[in-house]
Parts: sequence; C-alpha cells; structure tokens
Amino acid sequence: MEWLDSFWSTYSTLVLSTGTNVLLALSIYITLACGLLSVANAGFMAIGAYSAALLTLHTGTPLTLALILGAIAAAMMALLIGVPTLRLSGVYLAMATLAFGEVVRILILNAEDLTGGALGLNGIPQLGGLLEVMISVTLALYIFLRLAHSQVGRSMTAISQDEIATELMGLNVRAYKLFCFVVGAALAGLAGALNAHFTFFISPNEYGFERAVEILAMGVIGGVSSPWGAVLGGSLITALPELLRGMGRYRPLINGAILIIIILYSPKGLWDGLRSVLRRTRG
Amino acid sequence: MLKLSSLSKDFGALRVLDNLDLAIPTRGIFGLIGPNGAGKTTIFNLITGLLPPSSGSIEFLGERLNGLPPFMITRRGIARTFQNIRLFKDMTAEENVLVAMGDLSKYHTLKALLPGGYRDDENSQRKSARELLSRVGLSAKAHQPAAFLSYGEQRRLELARALATRPKLLLLDEPAAGMNAAEKQQLMEEIEKLEASGLSIVLIEHDMRFVMGICAEIAVLNFGRWIAQGSPTEIRAHPKVIEAYLGNNDTGDT
Repeated sequence: MEWLDSFWSTYSTLVLSTGTNVLLALSIYITLACGLLSVANAGFMAIGAYSAALLTLHTGTPLTLALILGAIAAAMMALLIGVPTLRLSGVYLAMATLAFGEVVRILILNAEDLTGGALGLNGIPQLGGLLEVMISVTLALYIFLRLAHSQVGRSMTAISQDEIATELMGLNVRAYKLFCFVVGAALAGLAGALNAHFTFFISPNEYGFERAVEILAMGVIGGVSSPWGAVLGGSLITALPELLRGMGRYRPLINGAILIIIILYSPKGLWDGLRSVLRRTRG
Repeated sequence: MLKLSSLSKDFGALRVLDNLDLAIPTRGIFGLIGPNGAGKTTIFNLITGLLPPSSGSIEFLGERLNGLPPFMITRRGIARTFQNIRLFKDMTAEENVLVAMGDLSKYHTLKALLPGGYRDDENSQRKSARELLSRVGLSAKAHQPAAFLSYGEQRRLELARALATRPKLLLLDEPAAGMNAAEKQQLMEEIEKLEASGLSIVLIEHDMRFVMGICAEIAVLNFGRWIAQGSPTEIRAHPKVIEAYLGNNDTGDT
C-alpha cells in the first residue's frame, strides 16, 4: 500500500478538488436543467465556505454539522434573493446573479473583523477528508439521478423548453424554479464548506467572477441532459490543467482550445456527445 | 359554466376587448369566430390567466378567476391548446402528456427518492398517458420527440396534453389549422366525442365549414366587441357578420 500513500500525498488535493468541483457542477446542473442561467453559485460557495470555516475555527463545531450549516446558510440566502430575481430570465437573470456574487465578495472583503477581509481566513482546521467528499458526491448524485428520472425531472425539462406551456399544464413553475435555485445553492454552499476544510486558507478572491464562470463552464461542458454530465464536466475541468502540466506556458492556451473544441463538436455537452457516439458504435 | 362580465382589456391606449359579457353553457360546443385581430386569442389569454384583464370579471363554476396564477386556473379545470403550437419539442409525445398529468397524481418528490418508490405511480401514469395518446391516434409515435411529428400530429398531441390535465372546460385555439380535409373530419368527430363525454368546449376557428358543422352556438367578435351570437344558421344569415367578413356592400343595389 506504499504506492497508495505516495499517490495520496501527491494527489490528495486534486482528488478532493475533483469531488468538490463535481458538487459545484451538479449545483449549476440543477439550475441549467430547468432553464435558469444563474451564475450566483460562486457567491453561494463563498457563503458556505465562510459560514462553515468560521464555525469550526471559532466555536469548534464538528465538521459534519458545520458542513450542514454552511449548506443551509447558502440555501437561506438563495431563498431570500430567489423570490425577487427569479422573475427575470435569460441574460437578465445572469446579470442579476452576477451582481449578487460581487456583492457577496465585496461584503466579505469589507467585513474585516469577521472574515479577515482581503487577507482571508487562515488556519482553518484540516478536518475535511475523502470520506465527507465521497459521501456528499454520492448522495447528491443519487438524489439528482432519482429526480431526473421522475416527474420532477420531466417538469424541469418542460420548463426549460416552454415556461408558459408548462404553467398552463397546471405546474407551479415559480415554485419549481425556486426549488432548483435553492437546492443548487445548498450544494454550492456544501462544496465551499468542504473545500475550506482541506485548503487551510480561504480568501474572497477565490469566489469572484472567474470562479462563477468556471462553475458555469463545468455545467455546460458536461451537459445538462443528465447529472452524469456534471460529473464529467466537473472532473474534466479539474483534471485538464493537471494533464497539460507538461505544456509549460502554453497550458492555458491548450486548455482553452480543448474546451472550445468540445463545445463546437458536442454543443449539448460531453455527456450527450459520448452517448451518441456509443449509440452509433453499438447500432 | 364560464361567465365573463364586462370584461375589457387595453394594450396601452388600444382597447382590444371592450366591455364583453359572455356565458358559456355547460353542454354543447361553443364557437368563437371573428376576423383576424378581433381579440379572440386575447379572450383565451385572459381566461387562462396569462394576461390580467383591465377591468371586469371572469367566473368559472361560480368562482372568480381574476388574479389567480395560470397554473391554479388549470388546476380548477380549464385547459387549452395554442394557436402557434407550444409542445415540449425535445421531449417524446408520451413525456409531453406525462408532464401535464404531473401534479395531479399522488406523486411526491420525497417518494421519488426512495428506491422503487415511484414505480407504481410511474407505471399507472404511463398507462393513462398511452390511453390518451391512442385516443388521438398517436400510439405508434409515443416515443418520438414532439418536434419529429407532422403538423397535424402535433396539433393532436397538444389536444392529448390538454386532456391530461383532466379539464372540465377545454379551450381550443384554431385546432384545425393546417390540417387536411380528412384530418379535419377526424378532429370534428373527436371533439364531438369529447363533448359527449361531458366536457365543455370553446373553440376559435377560421374554417367556417368546421365551425358551422360542429358548434351548437357561435359568438362573433369584431374589433373587441360582440357583433352577433346565436346558432350556426342565425350567424350565417346575420347581416353584421357578413359585413365583418366581406366588407360593407353599400355600392351595390341601393
């Protein structure tokens, strides 16, 4: 088992990040699947990360409880901002949620007494481990797969295709959207809380515009026709920079080019692309 | 069954519906006709809650509908189809119907999370969905995405989807548009069967042979006002209706 130890000491952060990124990809999947273009998830991630880290740092809250509370804090915020903002759709919702993310980042930046401001939070207890990440990913994936194949999943697809027609079929479209938004926020909050407990240090700039776009990219690259798409997208976006380590300074360039090629050849995401290739080779 | 009282709708300074009263009887097929732009579809949009009326009231089975969100109105028993078909294009015909059956079942989100927890509900739902599809002659197309269906088939799928909400009143917005003569004949029979099964039906249609052949009563709208109401025979001979459709013939034999 010696190789396992050395593997773990080298790659533990990568494995754990893959897990939290899959959670983030799932968090954007659920909003995209019902047609909501929300980029608030980096903000929810920050709320989860800071809430949980402050709890374990100052009050000695056990990790599991801190994780749950982090997710709940993000969900509560989503409930609060979801009611007014989900009246918007398309790019207007994207703008509003983008602004929300910035507000969260700037608030954290300025609440120095509590959050440490730009210096961030240091010395977060290293409680987070493989087990918590694995349980979270498995549970989230299981729940999402069940939902996707139930009436809930069908209703979400219907909303993404024609909101008015769905409403006129007797479905409470606003409630469905709010549900997806809040669940996505809880998941992003959980991912943030987990992430904070294996990175030792968090600062507001980790949760800015770039992160928001990265999360969106994971959802879009993976595809929103199935939760498995989010697993693919989250893993790929985490692993790709590592796989391209040998490329030196051309790494970001090639990384970007690969993502563009994927979207050009499989516009509905990797999962759909893979499935149609499989079907063709089988048939 | 459905009662409109002094219903008006303004779009800015433009009055599209002007102080309309109407009572839709519980039985019989009711026709709503009038030239393009008369305001027929707007009436449907007001009834289903997509647009708020500027004034007046809408009552269904003695209950006021004004101010209710569209999904609540559907749940009270009013379903509709659309002039410009609005199916869920990437979903199969069966899924389209299943969505509309959705919240009526005893199907709960929590139940869906348990292994096998929803299989029975799901199966019985699929069975009723198939029955509805076979009723409109789409059994063979159940697993085809709605976008792949022909125009006539899409119209019939919309009808099946509306029926899946288990309505008491069905509003059909140009159900025969784009259908050939045989399809129209079939549709007429289907609508008559629905009426016989106890459903009230209001339809907007431009095909006069269709309307006259199927409706017990017809109301004619022009520039947001009723110009006539009565049986097909009365409407056919009504001078104002002829004028609205053919223009004022005052250069003739006077």
